Amino acid sequence: MEQREILGYRRENGKVGVRNHVVILPVDDISNAACEAVASHIKGTMALPHSYGRLQYGKDLELHFRTMIGTGSNPNVAAVVVIGIEKNWTRKVADGIAETGKPVAYFSIEGHGDLETVRRASWKAREFVQWASELGREPVELEELTVSIKCGESDTTTGLGSCPTVGVVVDRLLDEGATVFFGETSELTGGEHLVASRMATPELKDRFMETYNDYVSFIESQAADLLGSQPTQGNIAGGLSTIEEKALGNIEKTGTKEVIGVLEPAEAPRNGSGLYFMDSSSAAAEHVTLMAAGGAVLHMFPTGQGNVIGNPILPVIKVSANPRTVATMAEHIDVDVSGLLSRELSLPEAGDLLLDYLRRTANGRMTSAEALGHREFTMTKLYPSA
Amino acid sequence: MHKFLIHRKGDHVGVATSDIMAEESVVGVYMDDDSTVEVSARVDVPLGHKIAVEDCEPGGAVIEYGVQIGKAPEGFEVGDYVHTHNLKSARW
Repeated sequence: MEQREILGYRRENGKVGVRNHVVILPVDDISNAACEAVASHIKGTMALPHSYGRLQYGKDLELHFRTMIGTGSNPNVAAVVVIGIEKNWTRKVADGIAETGKPVAYFSIEGHGDLETVRRASWKAREFVQWASELGREPVELEELTVSIKCGESDTTTGLGSCPTVGVVVDRLLDEGATVFFGETSELTGGEHLVASRMATPELKDRFMETYNDYVSFIESQAADLLGSQPTQGNIAGGLSTIEEKALGNIEKTGTKEVIGVLEPAEAPRNGSGLYFMDSSSAAAEHVTLMAAGGAVLHMFPTGQGNVIGNPILPVIKVSANPRTVATMAEHIDVDVSGLLSRELSLPEAGDLLLDYLRRTANGRMTSAEALGHREFTMTKLYPSA
Repeated sequence: MHKFLIHRKGDHVGVATSDIMAEESVVGVYMDDDSTVEVSARVDVPLGHKIAVEDCEPGGAVIEYGVQIGKAPEGFEVGDYVHTHNLKSARW
């Protein structure tokens, strides 16, 4: 298949994005209303309401800031208006984003009230969106893209078809020099040894196993029966019986290459391009939010039973091999690889289809999730607030 | 036309790519070498669910993808439907 040129947005720090969002970012839950008011006044901007940001502390607070700053720093975002209740944390988020060189402004509500804050922030949002609307796409290389992967509402068809298809594309992206993130820490259970064996160094392998064991120890410390949660009811209805079976299907989508880094949740990589594992929840919206905060600009999402997730700043491409799902939930599926099950489609052909769709999405084609308005922005919380 | 696929030679189970009816004789394809196997289904196996292509002894490890996916407390026979009723996680 002829390879389509990719046209992206090159940001001030050289990173490449495929969308041009102007984000109105609340630092905390109680600033959602002001952000939503600004976004409703100023067309072409987008608020990212969420549920946290107050009385968090320690590693949980660090993760909150990393997610906020990472989201604003994502190359799919052209400019950011940050609004928070208190000045110091609001400025901290804005300063973190400003390191990318992109336009950022911040407003704190205390001492001003919502209405005055909305008035001032709206002026700035108007300036940013008009500025961003003149930014143009330019030719970029595949190697400049960071792509994340995660599957959801998996069934046995994901292990047979959609995950191997993503695996083929992951290998091709890595051959071209791109960067790929995968995660879903607990959902490697039963195949964690396979992932560990692909770590580039013994130190990375130890770090990965420590990360994995910490996560699973926490889950086991809750002494709960996980059947119905992990695997989910949908997984079981789709034919998956155990976490091990689910994990082995899941791991198919990571391809075959060496893993060059183990990232904290929402952490941006610092070792150059390649394949990275990011410690993360396996819940779709949490996971994709963390990947976007780490800098992913495109996401490939295999689904079997039909997960409908999207993300506000990261285009999520759904690929399914389940012939029933591609018929009954057609509006959610971007790439149909059900021909893999009937063997009318080969795996390399399925990879071609998905890679071409990835290029089209990079060039601006809206994903099904974008068209349907799926903007799940879900912060990961490590423990209760103080 | 095949009605199920098996990831690897040596796996205990294959995955139905169409609904399989009880008593039906169905062909499966091994994805690693394109060889085929024919199995008589003992019960219905819906699309996406697993059918046994190898016997498993009670308490035995169940293999798919060439890796253990759990254990079968009661065991099962070729043609059986394999799911949460007779396949349990060995991890949690």
